[in-house]
Formats: sequence, structure tokens, C-alpha cells
Amino acid sequence: MSLWVDKYRPRSLDDLHYHAGLSARLRSLAASGDFPHMLFYGPSGAGKKTRITCTLRQLFGPGAEKLKIDQRVFMTPTKRKLDVNIVQSNFHIEITPSDVGIYDRVVIQEILKEIAQTQQVDLNARQRFKVVIINEADSLSRDAQAALRRTMEKYMSNMRIILCANSTSKLIAPIKSRCLLMRVAAPNTAEMQTCLQYVAKREKFDLPPEAAEEIIQDANGNLRKALLVLEALKMQSPDLTGPLAIAKPDWETYCNKVADMIVQEQTPSRVMEVRAKFYELLSHCIPPTVILKTVAERVVERVDESLKADVMHWAAIYEVRMRVGSKKIFHLEAWVVKIMSLYKQFVFGFSMDDFEA
Amino acid sequence: MFLKPQTTKAAPKHTVDPANQPWVEKYRPKTIDDVSAQEHIVAVLQKTLTSSNLPHMLFYGPPGTGKTSTILALSRQLFGPDNFRNRVLELNASDERGIAIVRDKIKNFARQTPRAQTVASDGKVYPCPPYKIIILDEADSMTQDAQSALRRIMETHARITRFCLVCNYVTRIIEPLASRCSKFRFKPLDTSSTSLRLQHISSTEQIPVSLPVIDTLISVSGGDLRRAITYLQSASRLSSSTSPPTEITSQDIHEIAGVIPNPVINSFAKVLGVDIIDDSGMDVDDGGRAKGFDAVRGKVKELMREGYSASQLLSQLHDLIVPHPTLSARQKSQCAMVIAEADKALCDGADEELWVLEVALKVHKFLA
Ligand SMILES: Nc1ncnc2c1ncn2[C@@H]1O[C@H](COP(=O)(O)OP(=O)(O)O)[C@@H](O)[C@H]1O
Ligand SMILES: [Mg+2]
Repeated sequence: MSLWVDKYRPRSLDDLHYHAGLSARLRSLAASGDFPHMLFYGPSGAGKKTRITCTLRQLFGPGAEKLKIDQRVFMTPTKRKLDVNIVQSNFHIEITPSDVGIYDRVVIQEILKEIAQTQQVDLNARQRFKVVIINEADSLSRDAQAALRRTMEKYMSNMRIILCANSTSKLIAPIKSRCLLMRVAAPNTAEMQTCLQYVAKREKFDLPPEAAEEIIQDANGNLRKALLVLEALKMQSPDLTGPLAIAKPDWETYCNKVADMIVQEQTPSRVMEVRAKFYELLSHCIPPTVILKTVAERVVERVDESLKADVMHWAAIYEVRMRVGSKKIFHLEAWVVKIMSLYKQFVFGFSMDDFEA
Repeated sequence: MFLKPQTTKAAPKHTVDPANQPWVEKYRPKTIDDVSAQEHIVAVLQKTLTSSNLPHMLFYGPPGTGKTSTILALSRQLFGPDNFRNRVLELNASDERGIAIVRDKIKNFARQTPRAQTVASDGKVYPCPPYKIIILDEADSMTQDAQSALRRIMETHARITRFCLVCNYVTRIIEPLASRCSKFRFKPLDTSSTSLRLQHISSTEQIPVSLPVIDTLISVSGGDLRRAITYLQSASRLSSSTSPPTEITSQDIHEIAGVIPNPVINSFAKVLGVDIIDDSGMDVDDGGRAKGFDAVRGKVKELMREGYSASQLLSQLHDLIVPHPTLSARQKSQCAMVIAEADKALCDGADEELWVLEVALKVHKFLA
């Protein structure tokens, strides 16, 4: 039995609930025989991937949904073998750069060349090109992006590329200028309400609008999250009336605890305790940026208005250091120390400027 | 099954139905005279067509200014359609360019000296000078090592080959390599050349495009003709695929180019305390400067949910603040500094929301 998010995922452009204008555009582009390379971008859970899948179906028919997973071996320039699982149908293929780490350029290059050099053999195929979907395109290395440039021009006859990303900021300009940009905004409150109600109706239960409202507030534009929470809540209390207890994921509770510890006490020994908690979170594969942002958001709720901007300022500074540097924990910790000292200055009402040479 | 590489390397290149061909390819200059706005370069290259002497060359300049087109057109004019394949080798960043491979490819390519056949199948006569051309497109993405190795290769094969390196940043080409080449700098296209080119395309394609739309295309593409042409084609796809077909608007172009609508930027700026003067000279008054941290953060979260890209957002905010009629020079400089810092952070891969918030809070403070 599949989760509701998957069970009720729209499969054709007509089934999509919101951004009707966008769906109409995609429909007419798919019909025009003149389909461009595309870049879908927008926040997580806004429905980019669903929209891409629907577009594929519009282009190729139901055959695009018959997926198979292939084990492929690639050879790196240093002659290391690289095993990669590749999802594909007869009409398209999907690549996720993070699956292949620093070798994304090699893998993408090989796959694109192969596709570019093979004709569609299925005579019944509706399009003469195949589609290459690149997920998480914002994590493509510069190298891999550079490799895409000319390929996108050269092999236009056999291949179209669909990039899926959270933002366009990390893509180099030459790539952006070769794509038709499709911004997929997060659904607004009313649109999310519709989606949740639709699922409730299909599952044959009554969803009080206030309950849905609460789930939507918590989901912050992420429809996937909202649907997961809805399903979990429905399991817990089938009638969904009364105050809802939307369970926070463990790591979030844990991050909040860290924030509380920072605000309660500012001492070297407290720093050590916080550090242990950070290690714990990191060892559970919570991305360091998520840790920093979550803790910072909570700290901000608990400190005086005059400190809030500084807390976020230092979060921004140490987050980028984390990206450039190599040891995440150093920078997480540095941020904690910075915030503790700011807080202390504030509480004791004097400025440390005199002490900082 | 379609993943099995074919053994014959037959990428059918020009079998696309011309109606579905991307316009950047369709309207790629066929001869060097077709290349607009680079008169100086064209004049110099024109001479090489008659003298049959060609130096090694280095083309550099921003994207979409005609570098690749120029060298392709020149090669075609030198060798004609029949000899093109065995006289011209094009390697770009998407090809494997480990130096061993480059060396091999070049060696193989340079070895065979095909007999030149000056009268081509199209009945024209081509100069067919006695050398081959090796185009290294996007050369700035080659490693330093590969570039140094290239020096030797260039020397070894100097008798029968000419190299043309093409790149965006001339500083990324190592000096010993650059100094072996005649350098050609491609300028961003000026407004009138871009406009003419776009009008030529729209009239050939028979799509009505108004002058304001052309102006919008020019302003969003910033001298990059490839971008301007791609946007124009996307817009025409979209407008012709609705029924009944609608006319292309500037709004469409903005949307396609990922430009954030002015009202969105204005309302963001307003929250940060920037006075927005609308076209009628009136101070627009819908909501004002945010009262505190939460209001600023709320606005930032709202923008991020809309999916706008941080770099685009900051660049448009910058363009609004810098020429602003009432902000003081000091305030403008402060804002410009924090935006610059954010730009650097974003290039280093920083979290977008954190940095948009950082800029928002700082600007909000400077304008207090
Ligand atoms: N100077 C120019 N004159 C005419 N067309 C141009 C010019 N510059 C760019 N173009 C158009 O833009 C497209 C991309 O140009 P290209 O030569 O590939 O740019 P790059 O300088 O990035 O190599 C071409 O197909 C052509 O249609
Ligand atoms: Mg080029």
C-alpha cells in the first residue's frame, strides 16, 4: 500500500490542482512539436517533479510511466569503476547528480552522448527526441554545467533536457539562457486546502477545514509535507477534531532543545554540551544548514527584538563558511559561541566593543 | 535498450525539420559577413580568406556574441561543405578533454592529409588552404595542465594545423598559450544590431513583434544575442500555442527570462523602507515600512515560497535602490555593500533564504 502522497499524485497535466496557467502552457508546448529544453525551479514540495512527470506523459503517453532501473557502470578518467542506478523508460532517462558525487560530469556526458547518438527506435513513439531529466540540477558541479552547454545546442534533434532545481542562482548563465524557465511557486493556503480536501474525499473521510488549516500552516508551502502529516494525523486520531498534535520530527525537537540550551546558559561547559548534540544530529545525516537554520529560528523566537537581526546575520555568515570550509562542526560551534557572547552582552547591558581590539 | 551506444558514431546532425529547429541554430551566421556588430574582427578575418594564411587564434568575449558562429562560418568559407568534416575538428567542454585524449584526437586528426577538392558539390570554389583547423570551444574550462600540454601539441603540429581557442575569460587561458595566438575580442552586441537581428528573425518567421517587446528583449538579454533569440522563440512558442494565438507582450518576455515582476520587487522594497514612486510621480501607498524583525522575515519567507531566485531578487533590488531619487548616497553605498556581500556568499553556495534575509534586515536598518 502506498502513501497518500504517491497514491494521489496527479498523473496527467489535467489532474494538477493548481497553477492552471502553467499547466496550460505545458500542454500547448507538448502539443506544438517544438518542445524546448526546460528548467523547472521552485521550493521543495511545490510540485516540480510531479509536473515534469505529467509533462512527459503528455508528450509520450502512458509508456513514459513504465519505469525500469538499470545498473550501469561508468569509468572515471582515473579508471575507477562507478556503479550507478539509472531510472528510465523507453522515452526518457533520469539522472541525480548527488548519486555520482564528484563524477557528475563523466556520467552526464556519457549518458547525453549516448542518447544524442541514438535515434528513437520505437516507430510508434510520438516524439523523435528523448528526454533527459536532471534532478537537483543546482548541485551540478561547474564542470558538469560547462559540459552541458554546447551539448544542449548540438544535439537538439534527438534530445531535450529538463532540469529540476530549487533555485536558478547556482546555474551558470549559459545554461539558463538555453532553457525555457518554468517557475513553480509553492501552492498558497487555498490551493493546499483544495489538495488536502481532494485526498480526504478520495479516502472517504471528512476533513474539518480548520484542521486542514493547521496542517497547512505547519507545512509552510510544502505540499508533500502537508500530505504526509495529514496521513499521520489520520492514523492517530481518525476523527480529526479537537486540538491537533502535529508531531515534529525528532531532529527538529532536538534542534529546538539546542536553541533552548543556548538561551538558558552561556558558559564553556554549555558549549561542550551543545557540541555533543550537534555531533548527534550530524551523525543522523541532518544537513548542517538545516541544523543551523532550525536552531537559529528558534533562538530568534526566544530573544529580545534588538538581538534578532544579529542572530540571523551570524547564521548567514557561518553558514557560508560551512560551505567553503571543510569541518562543519567548527562553524556551527563558532556560531553558538558568537550568539552566547552577544546574548551575554545584552543581558549585562554593556558593550564588548572595548574588549575587541 | 536505447542506452547502448551505437558503434558507428553517426550523430545525424541536420535532419531536424527546419520548422522545429532552434532559432539560434537556424539563424547562426552562415558567412562571416553575416556576423553583426563585430566589424573589426570580420574585416581582419576577411583578409585571411584571400591570403590563405591563418594564425592561431584566440576568440574571447561574453556569451552569445558570435564567437562560435564566427569560427564555424570562417571554416565553412575556407573549406566548403565537402571538406569541412575532415578539415575541421571541433572540441568543446562536453567532450572528454583529458589531455591524453585531446592529444590522441588531435594526432589522429592531423595525420591524414586528405586531398583538397576545391570545387565543391555545391558548384562553388573554396580556397581550401593546406592546413586543418582545430577549434577548442569553451577553452577556459580546460585545466591548467591540459593547457600547458596543449602548447607542445600546437608546436608539434604547427605545420599543418591552426588552432582556434574560444573562451569567455581570456585570463583563464595560460599566458604561454595566449601569446601564441592572435587575439580577437568580441564585444557585447549593441542595441541597434541586436534590434535589427531580432527584427530580421521575426519578419522571416512571420511573427508580429512590437518595438517595446524588442526593447524588453534587449534589456533582459544584456548584449547576449543567444539569450535574446531563445527568449523570442520561447515567447513565440507560447503565444502561438494558445488558441486563438495571442500577441507577445513584454510581460511574457519577463516571465520567460525569470525576471521578477515590478510590483513584487516594489512591495519588497517598500517593506524595507524604500519609498516607491510610481509612474505618475505619486508615492504609492499600500502598506509601508515593516515595523520589526518578524514583518521583514515574513516578507522574505513569502518571496522564497514564490520560488524567485535570490540572485535575481537581489539584482533587481539593487537596480531599484541605486538610482533612487530620495535615498542618500550613504544609504545607497551601505545597501550596495551588503548586496555585494550576499552575491559573493551565493556564489560560494550559501543558503538563499539566509542571505536574502540578511540583505533585507540590513537594508531595513540602513533606511531606518
Ligand atoms: N555577432 C552576431 N551576429 C549574428 N548572430 C549572432 C551574433 N552573435 C551571436 N549570434 C546569434 O547567437 C547564437 C549564439 O552565438 P555563438 O556564436 O554560439 O555565441 P558564443 O559567442 O557564445 O560562441 C548564434 O546562433 C547566432 O544566432
Ligand atoms: Mg560558444
